[in-house]
Amino acid sequence: MDASIKSRLAGSHGRVYWRSLGELADTPEFREYLHREFPEQASEWNDPKGRRQFLKLMSASLALAGVGACTKQPTEEIVPYVRQPEDLVPGRPLFFASAIPFSGVAQPVLVESHMGHPTKIEGNPEHQASLGATDTFTQAAILGLYDPDRARAITNRGEIKPWGLFLSAMLSAGSQQKGRQGGGLRFLSGPITSPSMAEVMASVLAAFPQAKWHQYDPTSSDGARAAALAEGAAGDPIYHFDKADVVVTLDADFLSCGAGSVRYQKDFATQRRITEERKEMSRLYAIESTPTLTGAKADHRLAMKASEIEGFGRQLAGAVGAPAPAGPSSGATDPASVIGKWVAAISKDLQAHRGRSLVIAGDYQPASVHTLARSINQALGNVGSTVTYGPSVEAGPTDHAASLADLVRAMDAGQVEVLVMLGGLNPVYSAPVDLKFADKLKKVNLSVYHGLYVDETAFLCQWNVPEAHPLESWGDARSFDGTVTITQPLIAPLYDGHSAVEVLTTFTSQPDRRGNAILKDHWTRAFAGGPWTIRSADGQPFKNFDAFWRRALHDGFIRGTAIADGGPATPLSVIAAVPAAGAPAPTTPQAATPPVTPPPATTTAPQPAAAGAQGGLELIFRPDPTVWDGRFSNNGWLQELPKPLTKVTWDATAWVSPQLARERSLEDGDVIELKYRGNTARMPIFRVPGHPQQSVTVFFGYGRQKAGNVGNAPKNAEAFNAFLLRTSDAPWFGNGLEIAKTGERYPLAVTQEHHLMEGRAPVRVATLEEYRKDPKIIEEQGETPPRTLTMYPEYKYEGYKWGMAIDIGSCTGCSACTIACVAENNIPIVGKEEVARGREMHWIRVDHYFAGNDDDNSVEAYHQPVPCMQCENAPCELVCPVAATTHSSEGLNDMVYNRCVGTRYCSNNCPYKVRRFNFLLYQDWDTQSLYPMRNPDVSVRSRGVMEKCTYCVQRINQARIDAKREDRGIRDGEVLTACQQVCPSDAIVFGNLNDPNSQVSKLKLQERNYGVLEDLNTRPRTTYLAVLRNPNPELEPASRSTTEH
Amino acid sequence: MKAEPVYAPPPVIEPGHTFQTVTEQIAGIVLTRRHPYSWFFGLFVGFMGSMMLLMAVTWLLIKGTGIWGVNIPIGWGFAIINFVWWIGIGHAGTLISAILLLLKQDWRTSINRFAEAMTLFAVVCAGLFPLIHTGRPWLAAYWLLPYPNTMGIWPQFRSPLIWDVFAVSTYLTVSLLFWYVGLVPDLATLRDRAKSLPIRRLFGVLSLGWRGAARHWERYEEAYLLLAGLSTPLVLSVHTVVSFDFTIGIIPGWHSTIFPPYFVAGAIYAGFAMVLTLAVPLRVLYHLEDFLTMRHLENMGKVMLVTGLIVGYGYVFEAFFAWYSSNTYEQYMIYNRMFGPYWAFYWALILCNIVMPQLLWKKSIRTSPAMLFFISMFVNVGMWLERFEIVVTSLHRDFLPSSWGWYWPTRWDIMTFFGTIGLFVMLFFLFIRVLPMISIFEMRTMVPAAKVKGGKAH
Repeated sequence: MDASIKSRLAGSHGRVYWRSLGELADTPEFREYLHREFPEQASEWNDPKGRRQFLKLMSASLALAGVGACTKQPTEEIVPYVRQPEDLVPGRPLFFASAIPFSGVAQPVLVESHMGHPTKIEGNPEHQASLGATDTFTQAAILGLYDPDRARAITNRGEIKPWGLFLSAMLSAGSQQKGRQGGGLRFLSGPITSPSMAEVMASVLAAFPQAKWHQYDPTSSDGARAAALAEGAAGDPIYHFDKADVVVTLDADFLSCGAGSVRYQKDFATQRRITEERKEMSRLYAIESTPTLTGAKADHRLAMKASEIEGFGRQLAGAVGAPAPAGPSSGATDPASVIGKWVAAISKDLQAHRGRSLVIAGDYQPASVHTLARSINQALGNVGSTVTYGPSVEAGPTDHAASLADLVRAMDAGQVEVLVMLGGLNPVYSAPVDLKFADKLKKVNLSVYHGLYVDETAFLCQWNVPEAHPLESWGDARSFDGTVTITQPLIAPLYDGHSAVEVLTTFTSQPDRRGNAILKDHWTRAFAGGPWTIRSADGQPFKNFDAFWRRALHDGFIRGTAIADGGPATPLSVIAAVPAAGAPAPTTPQAATPPVTPPPATTTAPQPAAAGAQGGLELIFRPDPTVWDGRFSNNGWLQELPKPLTKVTWDATAWVSPQLARERSLEDGDVIELKYRGNTARMPIFRVPGHPQQSVTVFFGYGRQKAGNVGNAPKNAEAFNAFLLRTSDAPWFGNGLEIAKTGERYPLAVTQEHHLMEGRAPVRVATLEEYRKDPKIIEEQGETPPRTLTMYPEYKYEGYKWGMAIDIGSCTGCSACTIACVAENNIPIVGKEEVARGREMHWIRVDHYFAGNDDDNSVEAYHQPVPCMQCENAPCELVCPVAATTHSSEGLNDMVYNRCVGTRYCSNNCPYKVRRFNFLLYQDWDTQSLYPMRNPDVSVRSRGVMEKCTYCVQRINQARIDAKREDRGIRDGEVLTACQQVCPSDAIVFGNLNDPNSQVSKLKLQERNYGVLEDLNTRPRTTYLAVLRNPNPELEPASRSTTEH
Repeated sequence: MKAEPVYAPPPVIEPGHTFQTVTEQIAGIVLTRRHPYSWFFGLFVGFMGSMMLLMAVTWLLIKGTGIWGVNIPIGWGFAIINFVWWIGIGHAGTLISAILLLLKQDWRTSINRFAEAMTLFAVVCAGLFPLIHTGRPWLAAYWLLPYPNTMGIWPQFRSPLIWDVFAVSTYLTVSLLFWYVGLVPDLATLRDRAKSLPIRRLFGVLSLGWRGAARHWERYEEAYLLLAGLSTPLVLSVHTVVSFDFTIGIIPGWHSTIFPPYFVAGAIYAGFAMVLTLAVPLRVLYHLEDFLTMRHLENMGKVMLVTGLIVGYGYVFEAFFAWYSSNTYEQYMIYNRMFGPYWAFYWALILCNIVMPQLLWKKSIRTSPAMLFFISMFVNVGMWLERFEIVVTSLHRDFLPSSWGWYWPTRWDIMTFFGTIGLFVMLFFLFIRVLPMISIFEMRTMVPAAKVKGGKAH
């Protein structure tokens, strides 16, 4: 109480009330305090200026928060696959039919979209090329969309420019070229199957008659293309494995490579599945060089050098009486030799199945082998039944190697003034090394690069235009069977992306058209009159374009455009506009003849098969099974996917046979130097049983320097690049390789190191013959304890009782299930070091076992997808101290993340080792662009928590909600687990075991059904159907010999 | 024949001591201002180790369990190995105090105090691991305890880890009580002998008003005996429960009924080895040869030999039953231990735990402090290797060959392990500085004068 207060009291009149001495003293601090008694900023309301400022700031931050949280919906109309947009219910996904092109060929998909975010890709079940399944690359495309390393802005020499500036640059380049008829204008793209883009290309070439369109795809099959071109209009084969009883592959990996592999896997598996009704299965002979998944599935596999395949083919042709085209013969068949025995046995088998057999030439074999295969198929009467030949789905198919060489020659001669590279080709990285593409690129005045990433080529180009991801753009493409498939955007371009056709259209008379307009315009005219026969599902023509277009967008494809339905080759021509009269499509095609000849049909001379120096080892090139030719280098899902047969992640390896490794005293991970035709590269080796002894296989896709944060090679791995060895004269194999041990070791992250079963029979195998004779043979390979071992009464499942059956006889080991599971369940990538530590997070892994002797060239390989077994007597459940993993009333072994404290006891006690632990914070919490990718129905796990397969419990619950709303039970097949849905072989079946009519219950009744490690009395709910092999008695056991010398 | 009874053991205290010399010599170590430099050195080493532990644990909490070498399939690594190792070491103290007390083995009096302290510190080191080895220690710290909560969730009582929580915490509590109760008369002695007031006050509070009255002694004797009775089953139960962590699991190499006795024997084995490891240098540094006589050392050597043989029996029968069961997983497990990638660990274990202790058959070695120290170090290492074998080689190749894996510790594993050794050393050096490391009043009963008087010498 100081004097000032006293004086204030003295100066007041009447009664004065005060609440505190502070108020009494009326200090500025106290007044401030009174103001601040209310929430911060509240006093700003009293100040008009401050209030406006405050509101401005608040609204701006709210708006920004909104921008951050939502993604723009595309402005163009897209039609949901199943449910109408007005039904959009928060929390319920919508599905849109679309397509993800791979090397130009459409992979038809349904995309799951949660509130405008695409989160998961499924196959389009109505599309004949998918039937609901996809391959690994298509599954992983969702991560490609959200990849934070994507090219983000149009740049000119590194400076960000708006689209308008790019457009005017192209227009002025175009007008300059106009005078020279486009003589200095070149386009480089991959194969184009898109009718609308082919039309734009045709119109560009019409406008610039001297301009040239070059095609290059480092992994497409020039051999197949050359053989097809030589046949004329109907040269491209489409196989029908559902009709083939005997299949012979000549180095063909039809199960895992190629545009049709998804459908082929499905047909092949159907033809080999033994059920209660079906007692027969087809037989597969694989004559191959590098071991493939197809070889692993074969009943008989013969390994030989890639250059010897043709000789084998000739002998086989001779044996079945097919005319072999002229060419070097591999000498007379010695019937006593191993090859002789094989040829005799296979030809006998083929001839016994005339019209129901099939010979397939590999994509990486020269044209002569393709011609041989066709000739054999013709001789056996297979054409029209197991194989049909039709027009190409590619517009203007041409020899890619020659086309690129032609371009580089022109670049070198200074004839190329404007080079437009479309579709993320990255030729600087992937072009044959002898072309020296990077050097020649410097001679081009104006180079434009259009791609998803600022990659090696983009760095050397002046203009970079970010490519719109297929999930962001409008377009069309044909699937392998010819069906025109529509790509519709699920989301507005995240960055400043444009589709290839939008870039190309800047050279037409109508530049700056958006993809939607181009596509719709094309099909409006094509509907009115074009080479296509457009019919609705019931075979009737559509009433009008709108009906047609809605249907096409809804279905995701245009019916009646498949080659089998009479679909034409993709025309490289402009469809003349029909005067709009609303008239139905006239019957006479009005396709204008192309005003210009298509790009010069380059020579289709057969490739020099084994050109180059003789002696040394044979070098075989292959695209990498997960990152392909490097186009998926920055996709962490694919990088971390264990490569089939070796289970190596994150790295390329050079495959050698165990014998060669012994000869050269090499161990897995030893870095060798490969010298081939004056070029050198380095690679760590990996021993692969069944590899031809005098060959080395190298894989593309690694040693990237500008791939992005995920794909860039570390310093010591920059030379692990197979493209450093590839020359244009021998794109797939050649002799003259020298290898030298460098003495260095390179650490490889391998998820499975032991590939022998150690007599434990996790995979049970029998031949069809044995199984027919005694179906008990499967059961006898293990031991099933009686159910009376427990004192407790058995739990009675009143409602649902979920279970799974996996047919490992059908599984090809493609690993699409793993990627599908990663996408569905928000599974993080852990990186190479963590994988090397043994901490990969995949909930479903594909185990791989070799049977037989390492030295044996015809080793058998088996694949076994292993999700959680959801054991009835789960060893994990009773050891968890906090009861974080418990049994549900529907039999699931539930994992309660919130409750888990991370003792890892459950994982130790799991005999299947399917549990995965977040040893570190693996989930990326920082990268904003990955947020919308995650499945909102699945918890994102944090550090220190155990996780594992849930049988996609979120899908079960969704189905339960739907079923309850309709007052019914969940139907069989209503719940598809992610792995089941994606499986191209239909190997995984999930369902209710309480329903005796469910598919899974029926499968489990089969006598080849067994549980892994059943002897532990875990009573797994996931059971397996044993592998049945169908060997030819004539070759058994002779098949276990070798042709190597 | 001499008239002496043939079983008369050598004395547990050297001749020439009186009540006073005993008291002065033992209490003097605590109450002196001067301490050997070796003590400072030892404390420094222990302190630095503890700081290393602090750093390792801090980094662990920041980054997560992944800084260690654990993975799938080897979900448990150094942490659990060290836990079992420390718990095993912690067995000797209670065994010496309780069981030998009940068996009236009077030679235990010289060693029981520091053996009990060792037990406590070992259990502290051990107790750290189950907590920090979890992925989320901040939750594991209390979710493993059964406490009523709004969610109505209880721990999984079928899980051996829950049994562990009870077993170890009971053991720690009882050991602490036992140790403290035994300390009370000595604390009073120190109170009475201390010269500075604060120290007198401190010991005064700690000695709980002990005046040495007959009633005090009576109650003390009763309480001590009761606690000994309580501790005795614990000696057997704790390591039995710890062995359940493994035996309840179905992993080959874990799922074995021989584990409980074999673990208990191993624990006593390890405990005595650690007591010897501490006793041999201590008696030299603090000139306690009179109290820690050759008889003590020899007796401990004998216990080590016996328990070592039991452990050896366990190893033999583990292998025998693997063969006899004709269980392919068990057989492979033993084969893999002996000749698999970790073969060197197995044979080192055999050398340390089976071969080296056989030297103890010889009396001259049993009575050589240097040799005993040498052998006890082998046993310390051997028992650690045994836990490594059990945890790592069982897990790294279990049922499905596809999921076989590897385990190698990281620097953080090693730092944590040596950090706990540092913590142990630091605690132990602090203990010998502030508390009598040998029970003064019990030693006084060993003095011949106590016997002359005939009854109890209190």
